[in-house]
Amino acid sequence: MNFILIAVIVLGAIGLIAALVLYAASKKFAVYEDPRIAQVNALLPGANCGGCGFPGCGGMADALVKGADTGSLDGLLCPVGGADTMGKVADLLGMAIANGEPKVAVVRCNGTCEHRPKIAEYAGLRTCAAMHACGAGETACGFGCLGCGDCVAACKFDAIHMNAETGLPEVDEDKCTACGACTKACPRGIIELRKKGPKGRRVYVSCVNKDKGAVSMKACKASCIGCGKCEKECPFGAIAVTANCSYIDPEKCRLCRKCVTVCPTKAIHDVNFPTPAPAPKPKEPATPKAETGTPVAAKADAKKTEPAKAEGKEAQA
Amino acid sequence: MSKLIVSLSPHAHGNDTVERNMYGVIIALLPALLVSFLYFGLGSAIVCATSVAACIFFEWAINTYILKNERNTVLDGSAALTGLLLGMNLPSNLPVWIIIIGALFAIGVAKMSFGGLGQNIFNPALVGRAALLVAFPAQMTTWPKVGEMGYLDAETGATPLSVMKSAIKSGDVTVLDQLPDSMALLLGNHPDGAGALGEICALALLLGLAFMLWRKIITWHIPVSIIGTVFVVSALLHLANPIYADPFAVILSGGLMLGAIFMATDYVTSPMTPKGQLIYGVCIGLLTIIIRNWGAYPEGMSFAILIMNAFTPLINNYVKPKRFGEVPATK
Amino acid sequence: MNIRTFRIGGIHPEENKLTHEVATKVAALPKQAIFPLSQHIGAPAKPVVAKGDKVKVGTMIAEAGGFVSAPIFSSVSGTVFKIDTAIDATGYRKPVIIINVEGDEWEESIDRSDKLEQVKDHPELTPEEIVNRIKAAGVVGMGGACFPTFIKLTPPPTAKAECVIINAVECEPYITADYRLMMEHADEILVGLELLMKGAKVTTGYIGIETNKPAAIDLLTKKAGEKFGGTEFHVEVVPLAQRYPQGGEKQLVDAVIRRQVPAPPAIPVNVGAIVQNVGTAFAVYEAVMKRKPLFERYTTVTGKKLANPGNFLVRMGTPMKDLIEACGGMPEGDNKLLAGGPMMGKALTSTEVPICKGTNSVTILSDEDARRKEPQPCIRCAKCVGACPMGLEPYLLAKISEVKNWGRAEQEDIVSCIECGSCQFTCPAHRPLLDNIRQGKSTVMGIIRNRNAKK
Repeated sequence: MNFILIAVIVLGAIGLIAALVLYAASKKFAVYEDPRIAQVNALLPGANCGGCGFPGCGGMADALVKGADTGSLDGLLCPVGGADTMGKVADLLGMAIANGEPKVAVVRCNGTCEHRPKIAEYAGLRTCAAMHACGAGETACGFGCLGCGDCVAACKFDAIHMNAETGLPEVDEDKCTACGACTKACPRGIIELRKKGPKGRRVYVSCVNKDKGAVSMKACKASCIGCGKCEKECPFGAIAVTANCSYIDPEKCRLCRKCVTVCPTKAIHDVNFPTPAPAPKPKEPATPKAETGTPVAAKADAKKTEPAKAEGKEAQA
Repeated sequence: MSKLIVSLSPHAHGNDTVERNMYGVIIALLPALLVSFLYFGLGSAIVCATSVAACIFFEWAINTYILKNERNTVLDGSAALTGLLLGMNLPSNLPVWIIIIGALFAIGVAKMSFGGLGQNIFNPALVGRAALLVAFPAQMTTWPKVGEMGYLDAETGATPLSVMKSAIKSGDVTVLDQLPDSMALLLGNHPDGAGALGEICALALLLGLAFMLWRKIITWHIPVSIIGTVFVVSALLHLANPIYADPFAVILSGGLMLGAIFMATDYVTSPMTPKGQLIYGVCIGLLTIIIRNWGAYPEGMSFAILIMNAFTPLINNYVKPKRFGEVPATK
Repeated sequence: MNIRTFRIGGIHPEENKLTHEVATKVAALPKQAIFPLSQHIGAPAKPVVAKGDKVKVGTMIAEAGGFVSAPIFSSVSGTVFKIDTAIDATGYRKPVIIINVEGDEWEESIDRSDKLEQVKDHPELTPEEIVNRIKAAGVVGMGGACFPTFIKLTPPPTAKAECVIINAVECEPYITADYRLMMEHADEILVGLELLMKGAKVTTGYIGIETNKPAAIDLLTKKAGEKFGGTEFHVEVVPLAQRYPQGGEKQLVDAVIRRQVPAPPAIPVNVGAIVQNVGTAFAVYEAVMKRKPLFERYTTVTGKKLANPGNFLVRMGTPMKDLIEACGGMPEGDNKLLAGGPMMGKALTSTEVPICKGTNSVTILSDEDARRKEPQPCIRCAKCVGACPMGLEPYLLAKISEVKNWGRAEQEDIVSCIECGSCQFTCPAHRPLLDNIRQGKSTVMGIIRNRNAKK
């Protein structure tokens, strides 16, 4: 019996000492963690997918609290939770979310294989970054899409794919979370995050070519030539032409589509409208696109699906 | 005028190709292969042919049906080379079905399951040999004698390495008298000697080494460091205690030459810098001696190489080449 | 002759010096000359002429755009047609000045005589005056890098120049412009070297020449002995082993004075050497002694399928297609047009690109030479590691850049890469190593710049 007693006492003593050591260590080596991190973490989806760019929801919670301390939650977005989750997190941290509008990635290039003839053959590493470093690419436009798919490779949500016919990437607006990965991946800054718009409708200039009009027309039939007709036509002052290229400010645009009508090269696109933009008035001068019949008629098919596909097909005649 | 072609520099390329290197190694193995036909006749032919054919077949089949690669790499010479090297490691009386299993292991497990050419950690031929040794120990440790030209009916005998092992185990120096002299080991014409197809004639292997060095397929670092280490350590041991065989016999017998020249120098599994290769070679030499003298098997080369293959990524990580303009850290 | 060379790496591409013995011809004047405003490292030049202005040969048409910059001079006489954009050697449209050529009238200030001027006859040439004349003439490195020469001659206070090394190596295949220049203007080159030494305040000079140019080695050795023997200058002609990239600045310094320049931001003057291309030495002579600004240069036009490859003394601004026509026209079939040689040249999409200050060659690669082979998986043969002259591990840098691990890339010294292409040349699997490494290098350099800017 003595042995059992001794064993019990000895083991109990060891257990007690170990507990005291662990308690002391937990106090001495304690790492202070901001309690907000745990609270924010509880609001996050908990999928640990890494879509936010941080290691798991824990890393994102950490970054959000740090961001709150610096005064801004810009650049932090949980794509899985979306605006809903971000709203709750912002409320918890006492911050206001700057922009609650849902955004989508927009590819601003009209340079399909048809509009933009090839003038050279690229035989090197097939990434947009390498081709961009080599020169203007395979066409005469040094600003347009290179077509190698760095944006497709960067997207974690399977929301952007190359269209083999047009040679341009197309964004699936249902899957796009506007995380900005494709925007950063594009070496030419062609992809922009713009407001999705009411009912998904938006109008934008699908060109970033800054060459003079004559030069850019030679390179691509559907480029923006910087003629300024859109700027004059816009009743809301939303359009500005800088460096031979037009840009529509999404904050000011009222989706009236007058600019779409007057653009001589059909460089401005309207997306998800049920009816096509009004045809140009008869006294408009014959433009290079006039012989394409009624290009706007093809847009009638563009419902709430692949918007960019319509832009590519509209100029086919 | 047709469109101009563009790409980034450089716009010129040397003559080297993967095929040139792989087939170059196969050519370097030809002297040893011919010698093995000379000494082992039909058995050698059957073993080598089966091994090569099986390796090529498995690589093609796995590429086409399992991996579904568009480009089939089966003709770049690496599968054939693995087959030939595997064959050189086997006894000439090994049944065909065992060889095929070995080829499946070498190509399927050791090479393709890691991702194909360039991705494997362990030398495929050695993995095949090790797998067969463990799975079929009896067949893999009975070696036909030199001069036995038949196939399955070849008479088997003791290899020089098993003689050395028994000398160490028994502590009896006179056992070493059974060893063929160094010249016979070099030329391979020792009567009653035995061994794997590629282990008999060191001279043929050295000719292969000279060819590969001339063609710049490999550099001197790995073979020299392995053979040098083994020589030096076995010399020290021999001087300390004559039950250990003399260094010349040690480097000329068993799979040392084959391993040092052809197996350890495999591109994919050896380190990428000269310094790293020297470290790799010295460690292989040491491990070989240890396993040969104090381990369970008479031959330690294959295991030594396989163990060091596992260390190659570590060596690559920490051993960097000398940078241009490296300023020695004075702090 | 003790043949020196650099100590790490290197390859032996085929020489293809098709135009070695072709005497230099003066190229015909173009109808229209195109002058990109950025023909040098640093800020682009700013135009000082407008549409309609009349210019002569040697008139300044653009002034330096900053400290690290250089002025541009017209190489033709005529009328300024427009200031516009055009494709230059970068492959993009950049601002250019286009001049319609009328006649060939030179500025009176330029001395067009053939008399060989000597430094000792010109006491007004103090080191400062020499550097100022070089700066005013817009002389930049003619080996292809186009770094403004006057800056190289005035090193920062932390570095002390000990010698001037003339880079007459011409290690790239096909190019023979520097060789022809040496054979045809050796005296002027040596005076140029003297000017450079005086401008840099040193008395030691070396001329590095590869052993595949024995006639040039003999000629310059003889003339340098005659000119500098017994003077306070010590000039040595150093034959160098034929190996690429022997003409790389760091490799040249290693070979000639056995000192290795440390990793960037160190430059050769940090180990005491100022390296100048032999074409730059000639331009320095013309600028200082003949008051002739930089507007023409020696250019090789070559290619295996060209009917008559040759060397030309060409006015800058001449479109490449004029020279190609003079050599028999663009060959049939697949072609790659390079500004420069096959190892480091830039592939162009158009023959309209003009000859600029750094265009030492127009190379046309045809048929199989014009295409790359399909890349295969890396077989880890380590031949790239053996070839790299900077002691780097190209297979590793290419992989790291591909997976965008910039921190690791910086650790592995990716900024030391000189982009010579030896790794890709050697790779048996035809992998696009340098394409990836270049991407990584420029990204890492951007990260380092941002980090230093924030400090």
